[in-house]
Order: sequence, then structure tokens, then C-alpha cells
Amino acid sequence: MSELTREETEALIQEVLEVYPDKARRDRAKHLAVNDQSVEQSKKCITSNRKSLPGVMTVRGCAYAGSKGVVWGPIKDMVHVSHGPIGCGQYSRAGRRNYYVGTTGVDTFGTMNFTSDFQEKDIVFGGDKKLARLIGEIEMLFPLHRGISVQSECPIGLIGDDIEAVSKKAAKEIGKPIVPVRCEGFRGVSQSLGHHIANDSIRDWVLDRRDGQAFAATPYDVSIIGDYNIGGDAWASRILLEEMGLRVVSQWAGDGTLAEIEMTPKVKLNLLHCYRSMNYISRHMEEKYGIPWLEYNFFGPTKIAESLRAIAAHFDDHIREGAERVIARYQPTMEAVIAHYKPRLQGKTVMLYVGGLRPRHVIGAYEDLGMQVIGTGYEFAHNDDYDRTIKEMGNATLLYDDATGFELEEFIKRMKPDLVGSGIKEKYVFQKMGIPLRQMHSWDYSGPYHGYDGFAIFARDMDMAISNPCWSKQTPPWKKQPESGASTAPREAGELKKVA
Amino acid sequence: MANIMVRKTAVGTYSFYLPKRDFEDAIVAMEFDSSDKWGGEIRLNNGGTYYIEPQALPARFPISLRARRLDAAE
Repeated sequence: MSELTREETEALIQEVLEVYPDKARRDRAKHLAVNDQSVEQSKKCITSNRKSLPGVMTVRGCAYAGSKGVVWGPIKDMVHVSHGPIGCGQYSRAGRRNYYVGTTGVDTFGTMNFTSDFQEKDIVFGGDKKLARLIGEIEMLFPLHRGISVQSECPIGLIGDDIEAVSKKAAKEIGKPIVPVRCEGFRGVSQSLGHHIANDSIRDWVLDRRDGQAFAATPYDVSIIGDYNIGGDAWASRILLEEMGLRVVSQWAGDGTLAEIEMTPKVKLNLLHCYRSMNYISRHMEEKYGIPWLEYNFFGPTKIAESLRAIAAHFDDHIREGAERVIARYQPTMEAVIAHYKPRLQGKTVMLYVGGLRPRHVIGAYEDLGMQVIGTGYEFAHNDDYDRTIKEMGNATLLYDDATGFELEEFIKRMKPDLVGSGIKEKYVFQKMGIPLRQMHSWDYSGPYHGYDGFAIFARDMDMAISNPCWSKQTPPWKKQPESGASTAPREAGELKKVA
Repeated sequence: MANIMVRKTAVGTYSFYLPKRDFEDAIVAMEFDSSDKWGGEIRLNNGGTYYIEPQALPARFPISLRARRLDAAE
């Protein structure tokens, strides 16, 4: 597909908007934009973080998803109780593939579902007693847990249960931290507020627990913040940092523990990968503990090298040499990966629709493979995310915020990218349309994609999706146009016979 | 009144952050900026203005403050 000009892209947006009633069209028009790199502030061209329109199909999650699923869930040695009816906990159980090390059910609890399973009587008479009993049961059955977080589901806020009081009382009894999180799903417009609420609860209930305690610090202490270890991402990032001489004190939150979180205020630098979900706590630590934070990007060799150098610039020559050494060491491997896949992927186009950091972070990785991102969008970004995205994207490419099912389908039908990077909800829609799709939320059950090791897997996966022979077999032989060539016809007839 | 955070950027200028709205912008003008009197009316890059009660220069940045909105550009 050839590139669209600015006018063509604008016309495309108008065309897609035509089906909406007047008011909805005006509202949605603000969320769709043609990228213009000269714009410095995104809010001049795109509106974000607004309530989704009633009646359209959005793919957003809720505040509970942002808190339990993203920020708190991966902390492996704590029990995260889904407080409320059972569905929220069950459908968010273990779906995000936050890998961890440990014995599940003994000292780690990442893939288990703990819930208070609200029934009618709990709604009518209140669920505080049930919560207190549940905490006692957890303590009895799983004595090696290090703490509990109480993740509120919608009814808790609606009936006005006092989970803070129960948590404080029970925490004293069992001598472990119990964190009440007010992340009822109806709060905010998307999961983004859930991230914020979760960050605030970490700040208020956990972060200062080891203030004033001794800590064997080194000048090279850092923490990885906002890496959820999906398919092992945080591990692939951590080895690079350690190889250049840094000491990774904590991982937030993939494969992270409560102790790591408590020790984070002692580090020298916070390395922030997912800006959207954890910038709040990084800003807090900067103010309270004077720890600077730095956004980095570990997708694709170009961005990794840039990031490693930016990280090293915060330290002395020992680390700077270490960074150069790491970059030089992986260079031949990366060149081999690119030499292998670039000829197969050169010039292919991609459209992304994900959340968090990926709509802008993976652009560099695709460009390393010679591919081009022609459209990108976030489910729940704020203006500051688009500020950062505008510079990464090419001119006249398409930006869509909180795209509806209809818009996304139409854009992709018209722009015909060679690959779509989105989630499970989009996957089969587009694959049935004949367009390869890789899930960029869960790496399509593959991964890691971060770091140098991850890039090799990323390149392989993208090639696997695009070059899969099934895409040329979308049209059944009896519907093929005659000009498709007589030479192919006998072969396909033969194949059919084989199957029969 | 809004809770804001003022931080110093790497190049030494001030930056303004409004957590409630996830809004970050550069401060282009500040009424008072000396060691004994700091704050007053501040103007942001996007044209918005806020008022911080004039005070002694904070010992360290970033710092959370209460500010009054005079004219937000949004």
C-alpha cells in the first residue's frame, strides 16, 4: 500500500465519520487526527482521556483492570484479593502472562484468583465481615504470603464498605501489610485511573515502610519501573542493565516482590518503561526522595542503544564503558537478525492499536526491520503520551484515540496494512479480513520482546505472521478470478484432492 | 486551587505539572525568581497562567504546591 498524503488521510477520517449522528461525529472527530510533526502540543490536534461514547464499541478496561490487572497483580509474593463478585477476579486471572519465579500457592500467588465472591446478602448487609474472615483464611492457608492487597470491585464503592478499617485492623492482627485499594471499576474513563489509584495506594501504604532503615547501597543501584515481565520482558531488560554494571534493586512490578517495592526509595535512578502506568510513583519518589527518573525504550536495537547510553549518562565512566561494551557485544547478533529478516519485511506497513507505551515504543523496532508504521493509537492515553508519539510517527500518518470497533475496521480496510498490532479482541476480526495480526498486549503468547534477546523473537514473530502462506489462500479456488493464472490452478486442484 | 508540582528540568528551567490532569508544560515566565522571594504569577508555554503564593526559594525541586488558576488555556 502506498503512503497516503495528508489530504487523503483527512478525507479518510471524514469518510469514516460519516456514519455517526451529528453529535457523535463532532465528538469522535476530536479523537482522530493526521500526524503533524511540527505540532508541539498534542492537544491541539487530538483529544484524549475522555469518556467513551455510549453505543460505540470501545476496547477500554476499567479502573479495577488498571489496578489489579496491571500494577498490583504482578507483585508475586502478595495475595491480591478481588473484593466483590467473582467474575472480575476470574476473568482477569493469569491472562496477562506476567512471568515470575516461585512456587505458586506456597510463596508466590501470581496466577491464582483470590476473591470474596459477593452474594446478595453481602450487598444487602455489607461485606466487611466477609473480608475480615477471608483475610484470616488467607493467613491460615498461605502463611508464606508477605501481604495482601484488597482490590475493590464496583459494588464495594456503591454500598460503601469500609475496607480501610477492616484492613488496618487485620493488618495489626497478622502483622503484615494489608493495602485497601479503592479501584472500583466505575471510577474514571478507562483503566488509566486505576493505574493512578494503584500508584497512590503504593505511595500511601507501602513505599515508606523501610524509611530510615539500613540499606547496603552501591552507587549503581537502579530500579526497573513499569515493566510487567510479559513473556519475560523484564528479565530480558534486566540482564542488559546488569551486564553494563548496574545493580537492579527492584522490578516494578513484573516478577517483583513486596520487599523490592519497599527498597525502591533507596536507589539512585528510577528507570521508567511504561510511562503511562507508573509515572505517578516516579514523580512522587523524585519529590520525596530526590530520585531522578528516566524514560527508556528497549524495543529494537536502535532504541536500545540510545536508551543504554542515556541511562549510562547518569553514571560514571565505568557504567558508560559498560554500556558501550554491551552495545558492541550484541551488535553482530542484531546485524545477523536484521540481515535475515529485513529483506523479507522491507517496506511492509503496520497499524497499531494498543495501550500504555507500545503504540510509540515499538515504532523503532519496526523501523529497524525496514517496516513502516502508518497508523497508531492508544486505548487510554493522555495528552502527554500523544506529545511523545507525534515525534515518533511519520508525517501524515493516522492517529486514533480510543478508536471504536467500527473506526478501526474501516481504517484498516482502507489503508490495507500488511500487519496489524493489536489485541485479542481485534485479532480474529482482522485475520478473517485476510490481514495478519500480532497481539501486542500479550505478544501473542510469545515473547519476550524487550531487550536484544527480545528483538530476535520480535523479528521472527513478525515475519511468521506476515509471511505465513495462509494469507494467499483466503479466496477459495472456485471464487478465484480467471486471471490469477492457469499455472496455479492445477496445483491447487491437486491440493484439494489431497485433502479430500 | 489546584495541587501542582514544579520541577527543574535538565537545562535549569522550571516545568509545571498538574497531576489531576496529567498535564505537563514549561514555565516561560515567573513573577518572582530570587532566593528570598519566589513564585507569584507564572505563565505556561500554552498561555495558561497560575498564581503561586510568593515564598522563599524552595530548598529542592521538585516540590508540590497549591496554585490558583488565573487563566487556563485549555
